[in-house]
Amino acid sequence: MPNPKRRHSKSRGRKRRTHYKATAAAVSECPNCHTQKLPHRACPNCGFYNGRTITVPKKA
Amino acid sequence: MRHRKSGRKLKRTASHRKALLGSLSTSLLRHKRITTTVAKAKETRMVVEKLITRARNAMANAAAAPAATVHARREVARHINDRKVVSELFSTIVDKVGSRPGGYTRIVRLGQRPGDGAELAVIELVDFNTGSELTGKTETKKKAARVGTYRKTEAGKKEKPAAKKAEASASAASKASE
Ligand SMILES: [Zn+2]
Repeated sequence: MPNPKRRHSKSRGRKRRTHYKATAAAVSECPNCHTQKLPHRACPNCGFYNGRTITVPKKA
Repeated sequence: MRHRKSGRKLKRTASHRKALLGSLSTSLLRHKRITTTVAKAKETRMVVEKLITRARNAMANAAAAPAATVHARREVARHINDRKVVSELFSTIVDKVGSRPGGYTRIVRLGQRPGDGAELAVIELVDFNTGSELTGKTETKKKAARVGTYRKTEAGKKEKPAAKKAEASASAASKASE
């Protein structure tokens, strides 16, 4: 089985990982209550989607 | 490889999957609106749309071929585990659906479930959920759909105001007009 010939330094590994980045979630504004919500989902705050109530939030 | 194989396995065996989709379809036709995961909702849609079309076509030809209706009912009943729901499908639901050319169901994503992070969705019959049904209703509709027989469902059903299961077909029409 092939094996690495030399160990990588911490620096080398860490430099590679500088490109591991979390991206910000895309958010859209609820047309009903104007809070930030995920796009293409019912609003968790007011339960609206596509101009009507889809779900009634637990406590609102 | 799964090339050109449609449908999700849902991590179940064939029989388990069949039973699951049968239960989900029955619940959807009974309650007109259920909350489940997105994957299960999309699979349920595949089953239910075909069942409604089957019932609709049979009822459209009912005058010409009454015997064909019996056959259609039995074919549908292979997927629906409640005879009352089958008769409701062939009467109330088919009437309400009218001449809609497919697309009887609507799926709306709700966001992730705490616990396992699964994305939830509501799947509902479009003609029974025109928008005003939920307003004024406090959503405490927990797990009533889980209870086995419809008789039990009747007993364990505390939350929906005044809508008893026995009158489901009757109240469904009036509920939609509310
Ligand atoms: Zn909102």
